[in-house]
Amino acid sequence: MSERETMEYDVVVVGAGPAGLSFAIRLKQLQPETTVCVIEKASTIGAQILSGAVIEPGPLDALLPGWRDHPPPVCVPAGEDEFWLLSKTGGRRLPVPPGMRNHGNFIVSLGALCAWLAPQAEALGVDVFPGFAAADVVYGEDGSVAGVRIGDMGVAKDGTHKPGYTQGIDIKAKVTVLAEGARGSLTKQLIKRFDLAKNADPQGYSIGIKELWQVPAGRVVPGRIVHSFGWPADSHTYGGSFLYHLDKDRIALGYVSGLDYSDPNYQPWEAFQQWKNHPHVKPLLEGGNILSAGARAIVTGGWQSLPKCEMPGAILIGDTAGLLNVPKVKGTHQAIRSGMLAAEHLAAAGLDPAGFDAKLRGSEAMAELKKVRNIKPAFKKGLWFGLLNAAWETVTGGRSPWTLKNKPDWSSLHKLGECEEPKRDYAPRELPPRDRLAGVYFAATEHDEDQPIHLHVADTSICVDRCTKEYGNPCTRFCPANVYEMVEDEGGRRLQINAANCVHCKTCDIKDPYEIITWVTPEGGSGPNYQNL
Amino acid sequence: MKILVGYKRVVDYNVRIQVKPDGTGVVTDGVKLSANPFDDIALEEALRLREKGLAEEVVVVGIGPADLTAHLRNGLAMGANRAIHVSTADAVQPLTAARVLQKLVEKEQPGLVILGKQAIDDDANQTGQMLAALWDRPQATFASKVEIADGKATVTREVDAGLETIEVELPAVVTTDLRLNEPRFIKLPDIMKAKSKPIDVVELASLGVDSGDHLKTTHYAAPPKRSKGVMVKDAAELVAALRQKGLL
Repeated sequence: MSERETMEYDVVVVGAGPAGLSFAIRLKQLQPETTVCVIEKASTIGAQILSGAVIEPGPLDALLPGWRDHPPPVCVPAGEDEFWLLSKTGGRRLPVPPGMRNHGNFIVSLGALCAWLAPQAEALGVDVFPGFAAADVVYGEDGSVAGVRIGDMGVAKDGTHKPGYTQGIDIKAKVTVLAEGARGSLTKQLIKRFDLAKNADPQGYSIGIKELWQVPAGRVVPGRIVHSFGWPADSHTYGGSFLYHLDKDRIALGYVSGLDYSDPNYQPWEAFQQWKNHPHVKPLLEGGNILSAGARAIVTGGWQSLPKCEMPGAILIGDTAGLLNVPKVKGTHQAIRSGMLAAEHLAAAGLDPAGFDAKLRGSEAMAELKKVRNIKPAFKKGLWFGLLNAAWETVTGGRSPWTLKNKPDWSSLHKLGECEEPKRDYAPRELPPRDRLAGVYFAATEHDEDQPIHLHVADTSICVDRCTKEYGNPCTRFCPANVYEMVEDEGGRRLQINAANCVHCKTCDIKDPYEIITWVTPEGGSGPNYQNL
Repeated sequence: MKILVGYKRVVDYNVRIQVKPDGTGVVTDGVKLSANPFDDIALEEALRLREKGLAEEVVVVGIGPADLTAHLRNGLAMGANRAIHVSTADAVQPLTAARVLQKLVEKEQPGLVILGKQAIDDDANQTGQMLAALWDRPQATFASKVEIADGKATVTREVDAGLETIEVELPAVVTTDLRLNEPRFIKLPDIMKAKSKPIDVVELASLGVDSGDHLKTTHYAAPPKRSKGVMVKDAAELVAALRQKGLL
C-alpha cells in the first residue's frame, strides 16, 4: 500500500458547527497568516446540525459586528414568550422563568446559520471541507495529539475495498480543535486517553427530536416562543417541549427527553408524537406538511461535568466540551463564546493549548453555567422538587454552598419489574409521521448500504440474552430512527442494526445500559441531510 | 484529443423536493445543490479516457449564476484540467444549453463531448441530441460502455430491448447512462490543487445565444397525496368495502 497522504495546517478544526466556525473566524481575524481548516462529516455545511433554536445574539455581535445588516436566511426576532404546564387534555400557563425570557434574542435555524457562517470563514482564508469525516486521532511521537485521520471512502460492508476505494489522508496540525457537538466520537476517545474527566462528574445528556412544519396561512405569529413541561412526561422523567413560530408560515417544534430517564420502556420519539397530538399543539399543525425532521443528543451535565478542555496538542470547545446552558435551553451562544475564547487564547499563546482550560473556567461562559449548576440535577428527585429547587437557585443566583452531583445516564435505567412503570396513558394520534421509519424519511438520511456498520456493538450475545431479560432491549425504543431491531430468523433471535437509518444523534452511545455501543463516523458525507433544522 | 464535459448543478438527489406554496417553482433556498449524477459519470468517463492516454485535456462546462464557481471547482477537484463558466442569472432550457455548447465546441474544437443523458431536475433528456444536430455530428446516447480507437468511438447503448453497440466517427456527442462507471471520490489534496486551476468566465450574452424562453412553465404542483387507508376486520368487510367503491 502506498504511503498515506498528509496535509499540514497550523490548526485543524473538527466540526463546522457554531463553535468550530466561530473559532476559525476569530483566529483568522486575529492572525490572518495562521493556516486553518475545518472538516465536517456532513455532505454540506449545516446538514447534520439540529437545534431549536433561539439564540442570544451577544457573542455573535462580538464575533461579527454588523451581522444584523445581512442576517442568516432564517432569523426571526423573538416575540412573546409563553411557558405552560401541560396535562393530557389541557394546561396551565405559568409565568416565564427569568432564564427563559427571550426579549432581544432571535429564532434561527442553526443549520442555516452555519451554512451562512462557513462562507464568511472561507472569505477570511479558512479551508472548509464538508463531506470528510474525522475517523481517528493522529498522535505524535511524544503522545500528543498531532491531527486527525480522514475516514477511507469506498470500503465495502465486509471491509474489502470497492473499485473506487480512496484512502483517507492525515491532516497534521500544531493544534487540533474538537468541535464535534455533544458526545463527539473523537472527544470520547481523547477524554479517556488523557483522563480529562477525572475531576469532573460524569457527563449528562438529553435527546431532542425536532420537526419543521409548513402550516396553512394565518396560524403563525412570527416570533412567538412557547415552552412546555408536564404531559406526556411522568413526574420522574425530565421532558419538555419547544415550539417556535418562524416566518413564511413555518413552525419549528420539538421535544426534549432527559436521557437520565429510568423506565426501560420509555420511548422518546413516541413522547414527542404524543405531545404533538396535545389539543394545544395539534390544531396548529393539522393540514400542514413536515419540511424536515431529525434528532440529536444535547449535552446537559453543565458546570460540574465539564472535563478538562485542553490536552497536549488539542482543545475542546462548544457542546463536545459540554457548555450548553440547560435552564436557558441554549447552547449556541456558549459555543460561539468558547470558540472565540479558544482562538484568542491560541493567538496569544503561540498556538499552545496549555492554559486554555483555566481561561475557559475563568470566563463568562463558565460563570453562566455555575449559576445554574444545581437546577437540572434536582429534577432527578421529581418534577415538584425540581421546580422548587429551580426557584431557589434562581432567586439566590446559584449561590447555594452545595453542588448537586450528576450520574451517568446509562446507569439510571431500572431493570424490568424493578420499579412500578409509570402509566403512560398515551392517546391514539393522527398527525404524521405514523412511525419512526416514516419520520426518518423526513431526515433524508443516506448511507451507502455497502459500507461497514458504523455502530459497533462490542458483544451482541448480551443483547439476545442478558439485555432482553434485564431491560427488554431498550435500544429498540430509545433510538429515534429505528436503527436497532431484535429479529427472529433461521439463526434464532438476533440484533439487527439498520445503520443506514442512523441520524447521528448519538443516543445509543450514551444510553445503552451495558456501555457496549460505540458510534463511529461512517463514510464522509453519509447521514442525515437536514433542511433548515 | 480534447474532451468537453457538461457539468450541471442541480438540487441534490437526497433532498426531498418541495414545491413553493405559490406554485411558481421548487424550493432551492437552504437546499443542498450538487452535480447532476449523470454529469459526474460523464466527467469520470472523460478522466478515465485521459488516464488511458486517449485524451490530453478535459474541460468542464457549467452554465449558471456567479456562485456556480464553487460547483465547477468540484469538477476541477475530481480531475478536470480547466473549466468554462458561462455566466447567466436566467434559468437555462435545453435548447439554450445546446446552443451554448455549440458555440463552445466551435471555439474549443473537442474530439468528444460527453454529457449526462439528462439532468435530474427537469429530466428533459434533450441537450445532447440537440447539440449533435446543431453541430451536425454523430450522437451516441445512453452509453454504458465507451471505447475509443482510430478516430472512432464504439459505444454500447442501453436501449429498451437490451444493449445496442454502435460505432460513431469522432468528433461526436456521447450521453451517459447510469451503468457507464462509478464516479471517484474527491480527495482533499485535490480540492486544494483545484483552487489554482483556471476557470474562464464567459457572459452568455457575449456568445450570441438567445437565452429567451422557448418553453413556458405554467405552474408546479406536488403529486397528489395518497389517501389514508381503512382498516377492515375480515374478508367479508373487505369485499363489502370494495363493492361499495365499485371495484368488484
